[in-house]
Amino acid sequence: MRVVFKLFASLADFLPAGRRGNLVEIEADPGSTVGDLITRYQVPEKKAHLVLVNGHYIAPAGRATHVLQEGDEVAIWPPIAGG
Amino acid sequence: MGWNRKVLRVNLTEGTCKAEPLNMQWADEYLGSRGLATKYLVSEIDPMVDPLAPENKMIMSTGPLTGTMASTGGRYTVVTKGPLTGAIACSNSGGFFGAEMKFAGWDMIIFEGRSPKPVYLYVENDKAELKDAADLWGKSCWETEESIKHRLQDPLVRVSSIGAAGENQVLFACIVNDLHRAAGRSGVGAVMGSKNLKAVALRGTKGVSGIKDMKAFMKITTEKKKVLADNAVTGEGLPKYGTQVLMNVINEMGALPTRNHKDVQFESAGKISAEAMHEKRPTDGKPQLVTNAACFGCTIACGRIAEIDKSHFTVVNNPKYWGASGGLEYEAAWALGAANGVGDLEALQYANLLCNEQGMDPISFGATIGAVMELYEMGVLTKEQLGIDAPFGSAEALARLTEMTALGEGFGKEIGQGSKRLCAKYGHPGLSMTVKGQEFPAYDARGIQGMGLAYATSNRGACHLRGYTVASEVLGIPVKTDPLVTEGKPELVKAFQDATAVFDAAGICVFTSFAWTLADVQPQIEAACEGDWSMEKLNAMGERIWNMERLFNNAAGLTNKDDDLPPRLKTEPAKVGPAKGLVSGVEKMLPEYYALRGWTPEGKPTAETLERLGL
Repeated sequence: MRVVFKLFASLADFLPAGRRGNLVEIEADPGSTVGDLITRYQVPEKKAHLVLVNGHYIAPAGRATHVLQEGDEVAIWPPIAGG
Repeated sequence: MGWNRKVLRVNLTEGTCKAEPLNMQWADEYLGSRGLATKYLVSEIDPMVDPLAPENKMIMSTGPLTGTMASTGGRYTVVTKGPLTGAIACSNSGGFFGAEMKFAGWDMIIFEGRSPKPVYLYVENDKAELKDAADLWGKSCWETEESIKHRLQDPLVRVSSIGAAGENQVLFACIVNDLHRAAGRSGVGAVMGSKNLKAVALRGTKGVSGIKDMKAFMKITTEKKKVLADNAVTGEGLPKYGTQVLMNVINEMGALPTRNHKDVQFESAGKISAEAMHEKRPTDGKPQLVTNAACFGCTIACGRIAEIDKSHFTVVNNPKYWGASGGLEYEAAWALGAANGVGDLEALQYANLLCNEQGMDPISFGATIGAVMELYEMGVLTKEQLGIDAPFGSAEALARLTEMTALGEGFGKEIGQGSKRLCAKYGHPGLSMTVKGQEFPAYDARGIQGMGLAYATSNRGACHLRGYTVASEVLGIPVKTDPLVTEGKPELVKAFQDATAVFDAAGICVFTSFAWTLADVQPQIEAACEGDWSMEKLNAMGERIWNMERLFNNAAGLTNKDDDLPPRLKTEPAKVGPAKGLVSGVEKMLPEYYALRGWTPEGKPTAETLERLGL
């Protein structure tokens, strides 16, 4: 299935080839979880601070169990803040 | 003791400068800066005063930690009655000006009356005098600072000034210090302009004295700096990406107000984000961002220094904008960009430079342009009126309207009155995205429900810095809450509002709160200031400051009807994203908020609440 994978700020370096800006479209196996993507692209766990799927927050404890669906958009940031 | 115990009172009508002792009983109850200056203001002016009349006063104030080695201890506050809102105005700025006031031996400066001619105040330690500013009137903030330093032959003088916007009493004019830091919101620059006060120039060589327990203070401030350095947000995220990193976050969440809040996601958010500022441009091979920068005493350094593309249409024939200068922060980038549908990063930086140069709040200005563009697309405003076609997304219109508003040309004079007056004049008051007449910042109340309540109840009109529940609802600081629900938000908003009042009153930056809680600030105040500064006392003080501001607003004629959001946010659901189908639940949250505050259903503090808080 196709999933949009987005890594922002200092995490952009972990995006694979073929990226457009901060996103890349990838193939993922059905049943893949958010945690699987984080592992697959070797994003350091501590750096994967804020994880959104289709804009919804996924708590650290839920990453291993949140199963992705076709067309989902996964976005990850390191620790950041603003104002 | 933290304080210099000395106030400078400047009567601009009479041309006098007098020293007086700081009211230490009030310092014990309101600490400093926002709290203490507001106490002075509400004790000295009629709440019904016309904000631009000589009877209004304007106070520049430091806190007890300003100028000390506490991290971020460079803040000062400008307190007055605001012309944009008719409510209390309280604008906080960093840079180096606040610390210099402390070094010169003063805690605050109270300006009263109106000078018969343009003047600036020069303070060199104990010496204070009003000087003729006839030749400075008409100059920008940048030219004014340079001119004053030159004539005084002192490059270390710290200057706060107004530009053309303040002189013309643009209702969202700000006061700019150190070239690109600003007391930005609520039109404090218009009040300064109404007083014929062009600038305040400070030179202090006394340092900070009177810290209660110097050894304990050095130890605790060093310890707390380490907390900031070790925290991934304040130690890494903010220095590298600045506040601008939120652009993509808030857009992904469907909470980025776009095109005057018609939409909640901006298709070009990525082009105006922190990441875009790091990208090398095809034109010159350089990124817009040059480096980060810190205010006095700050160990976070979130500030942006940027260089505009010299070949961009806005500056190609204007080399004075080519150098490195203050860059886009998140709020400015949103207001000048997404709020208008403009995705041209260089055009945004041009507008940002003009706001710094001539002293305008980019949030209120940008958001007002959003209303102008919507009225243009509706056919209510025309090219003939505006002098330019102004559809959403037009970088040309943004650039030209910024120039016109900053310099008071043509339709720019109407834009300078803010969106509330503009939309009312042209028959569409509901299109003004404001609370109490002040424009929203960069978070949509439909996608971040707590912020809707924070905006509605903010004492200075719509504002993110009175109660930044984004920290919790988006970033999980100190705990993660669901941004889409209203449950628990009244309590969250109240807690943020009261705690923020203490951070502000201390003279430190609210951004420390991404790593510090009040429990980290308390021992720093305790070591610096005489008296008891327990957590209980600070918590009560934050609540006292909030209620004092509310009492002033009520006396100024504001009521619970002013604690409201524009109809768009309550009736037009978000079209996409996680908040799709949602409107703001502000009306559901308000009664609970009032009850938690100890206010009547009409939003007035009860006698019992006032007694409990010593008001």
